[in-house]
Amino acid sequence: MKLSRRHLLKTSAALAAGTVALPYAAMAQDDTILVGGLHDLSGPIDFAGIPMTQILNLAVEEINAAGGLLGKQLQAVTYDPQSNMSLYSQYATQLALKDKVAVVHGGITSASRETIRPIFHRFQTLYFYNTLYEGGVCDRNEISLGTTPAQTVERLVPYVMNLWGKKVYTIAADYNYGQITAAWVKRYVEQNGGEVVATEFFPLDVTQFGSTISKIQGAAPDIVMSVLVGTGHLGFYRQWVGAGMKDKIPMASTTFGASGTEPIIMTPEEGNGIPTCFGYYDTIDSPANKEFLAKVKARYPENTPLLSELSACTWEGMMIRADAVKAAGTIERMPVIEALESGKSYDMPGGKVTIDPITHHAIRDVYIAELSDRVWQIKGKFDQVPPADTQLVCNLKETPDANVHHEISLN
Amino acid sequence: MDYALIVVMEILRAVSLLVLLAGGLAIIFGMMRVINIAHGEFLMLGGYTVIMSVKAGVNLWIAILILAPIVVGIFGIIVERLVIRFLYGRMIDTLLATWGLSLLMIGGVTLIFGNTSEGVSTPLGSITIGAYQVAVYNVVLIAFAVLFLVAAWAVLKYTKAGLIARATMQNPGMAETLGVNSTLVYMATFGIGSALTGLAGGLLAPVTGVVPSMGVNFIGQSFITVITGGASIIAGTLSASATLGSVSQLVTFGAGPVYGDAALLLAALILLRILPQGITGRIFTRSL
Amino acid sequence: MEKPVLRDPGFYVMVATGFAVLFGAPMVFDFFEIMQMTQYVVLSVFALSLAYIWGFGGILSFGQSAFFGLGAYTFAVSAINMGDTTIPLALAFIIPALFGVALGYFMFYGRISDVYLGVVTLVVTLILWKLINHTAGPEYAIGKSRLGGFNGIPSIPIVNSPGDASADLDPVQLFQFFMVVLIVVYVGLRFLIGSDFGRVSVSIRENETRTSLLGYDVRRHKVIVFAIGSGIAGFSGAMWATYQTFIDPNAFSLEMSAKALIWVMAGGVGTLVGPIVGVIGLQYLSLKLGEMELLNNFVILGFILIVLVLALPKGVVPSIRMWALQGWELARQRRSGAPQGKPVASDV
Repeated sequence: MKLSRRHLLKTSAALAAGTVALPYAAMAQDDTILVGGLHDLSGPIDFAGIPMTQILNLAVEEINAAGGLLGKQLQAVTYDPQSNMSLYSQYATQLALKDKVAVVHGGITSASRETIRPIFHRFQTLYFYNTLYEGGVCDRNEISLGTTPAQTVERLVPYVMNLWGKKVYTIAADYNYGQITAAWVKRYVEQNGGEVVATEFFPLDVTQFGSTISKIQGAAPDIVMSVLVGTGHLGFYRQWVGAGMKDKIPMASTTFGASGTEPIIMTPEEGNGIPTCFGYYDTIDSPANKEFLAKVKARYPENTPLLSELSACTWEGMMIRADAVKAAGTIERMPVIEALESGKSYDMPGGKVTIDPITHHAIRDVYIAELSDRVWQIKGKFDQVPPADTQLVCNLKETPDANVHHEISLN
Repeated sequence: MDYALIVVMEILRAVSLLVLLAGGLAIIFGMMRVINIAHGEFLMLGGYTVIMSVKAGVNLWIAILILAPIVVGIFGIIVERLVIRFLYGRMIDTLLATWGLSLLMIGGVTLIFGNTSEGVSTPLGSITIGAYQVAVYNVVLIAFAVLFLVAAWAVLKYTKAGLIARATMQNPGMAETLGVNSTLVYMATFGIGSALTGLAGGLLAPVTGVVPSMGVNFIGQSFITVITGGASIIAGTLSASATLGSVSQLVTFGAGPVYGDAALLLAALILLRILPQGITGRIFTRSL
Repeated sequence: MEKPVLRDPGFYVMVATGFAVLFGAPMVFDFFEIMQMTQYVVLSVFALSLAYIWGFGGILSFGQSAFFGLGAYTFAVSAINMGDTTIPLALAFIIPALFGVALGYFMFYGRISDVYLGVVTLVVTLILWKLINHTAGPEYAIGKSRLGGFNGIPSIPIVNSPGDASADLDPVQLFQFFMVVLIVVYVGLRFLIGSDFGRVSVSIRENETRTSLLGYDVRRHKVIVFAIGSGIAGFSGAMWATYQTFIDPNAFSLEMSAKALIWVMAGGVGTLVGPIVGVIGLQYLSLKLGEMELLNNFVILGFILIVLVLALPKGVVPSIRMWALQGWELARQRRSGAPQGKPVASDV
């Protein structure tokens, strides 16, 4: 009996020792600047987290090769939260208070972002969120570089309605991103003189879509708009082709290909010809992107990351923040934030990126592209699209202390 | 009329899928009282066998019908020898061990094959019924569910192996006294259950996205079907699949997929309240 | 057999350890480490809720997270609406406990038992999880608080001193408050288990039929045990919500339920120390794994779980206790040359 208690004491002693002397924690030294990375490297969404971490490391090496920042070398401190929200919160606290990093890039799902964002706000650690999401974060401590629904839906809807017609059937994932995006689809379809005949929501673990496909056949829309998300929903595209619908009713999507894995998992006959809209595709024909692709390929000749908006935004985040540090002449948080709010535009692989000082979201170029035999064919480009949705609810000039995630409601 | 036909067909497909998903689990849980939390990952392994074989140039049907069951069956036997055999009679410990196994398999497959692999399309094309079109592949799913039920029934009822299996499950001690090698029976049962799960995973590959974490989407409904069915493998799996599959599909048609899912769970809950030992614990008690 | 609580030296050692951590930790550890430890304290309370109903009531619940989530959401919604957190904390115990009574009545009076009990709790958890995930739309709001669906509820207030909504506890005070909760729960459960009521629960665990033939109302007894466990789980959910200032449907997930089972199993069923050891050990392990660049953390964690269950089938604490007793016995035999009566372990 005594031993069990002694064991407990030992455990807590070991715990104490462990937290005091972490073998892997990088200590902030005077000649290095620490950059935190918090992405899922194992578990269900590691396909998104691993490329983001690879690009983060590449950016660190790139900046160091160019002489570092303010004469100091960067050093990445990355942890694997294993798709586990309690680990997210622990590592966020650790990065902010123990490692004392200058900036953190990370969080993939909205749940993980809302777990760590308040922590970085509270402990005043600059935070970059590099994933497309539903919009609405209002926090001067956070920079959100990914596209939000208004940026992509506004462009994609008129594009496909011009091609195919006015009756739209929306199928969407039953969570905030899906709900909000579906609402934007409805708004823009109606603004363009069309009609959403039905909107159907699917829990994320639904894998069988037979009944929905029948219902769509019954409704006979001109266009199916897919806002499906996650691995369960991949089955829809497969079953859609299986039912022979591919050539009957065209489909467009604001989510297909978001993480870069769909072009591989889906066969060409399933993936071809679905127009999508994102802020980055690996086939963008610009010198900046070609240079970026060459760097990625040279650094990762094997395990070359699948590039998507997520990893491209991670690169942007690293480079933009480096530029802001140079402009501010310090890594202190507030001067860097003020430098980020200067309204400067950056030439990035995905095109021109400007940080909107009002919302801390990116004003960026967005593209429409569709797959042709696993390769994205760019069909259109729109310059400097503002994050109109977040701008509805957030003004950091008026409320610089805001620390909220607004649900953007169109009703 | 067309629509009614389509609804019936979807219900049949949903029921068949539940039969296939739950069949292997029913054998492992129903006969051996092992809670295999890694069931979803066994399905995933079957799916991966198919997409990897097809990538290597194997015919799709050979991959689904032969390779997937063999690979997952052998894997199951290895797992039984290395882990499960130490845990018979410790149902809750099997839960902890197979939870670990599930994590191990998700991580292992990611390590070996990466987390993004080329999938396979649904074969066989589609047929037109009035204004509707459905995949011919649905018929394959239904056929295999029927085949499984008939085959399992025939084996358990008419073969010596079936008799021995039933005897061992009912009273292992007695069976052993009568000369049955129960170690072998357990190993074979686990292997067969795994092989069937592998087949189900293989059949799923052309209608779903095959990724390391896909198992989580199937584990819940598989377990609920097995438990709602109760002790007997065939009657239980069939009756539970039929009830739950039709309830969820009808509600999905009527009110949408969110409510379809909830209806399935609610139906299971009500059934378990009325028949606390599962459907075959009270009615069809003498069935297989 | 159980020793009376007050005559068990182990009890005092535990409580003393608790108080030592409560007052000592803030002096020894820095701010950040205190925040880390707070998490273990919250999850330990959650693990204790399952350790009690399973280890001392024989009720195997696969759905402990239903109550955890319910408590967390109850706290979040009521605290956002009220501002002050005193009543919400109470509600986070009361509402899950009432739900536990209702579900317990449904199950135990329906004579659902064995693994079917586990499945009913699991299905209820799944339903709650699906429902809460479905509340993304703006129409799902209670007072000022949107339920938020998959994305959860942000900006949950931090516990404040009673009556003064602006006096938030700082992280160290929060840690100390949670330590007090943990000690109270531990002491409370120890006394409960040692009481007549607790003896009846244990006898139900051992032999339900015999207990009922002795004239005890087994069903009512189980409902009460289940409801107490539910209330504690709910309260730990509220602690989690206020610690994170954020809650999402993960609180209702099967993963959360399974983790509770794993902590209790790994630490040892039928003890109260074991689950706490389980929480600290396994959470710390995942934390350390995530800091290293190894193959794949799922592989390593999975492997460790399998080895754990094969090597220590009874859980860490009972295994260590057993080895210790055997070692002691061996030493005594060697010294005296004659076998002695077996020392008896108490349930801690």
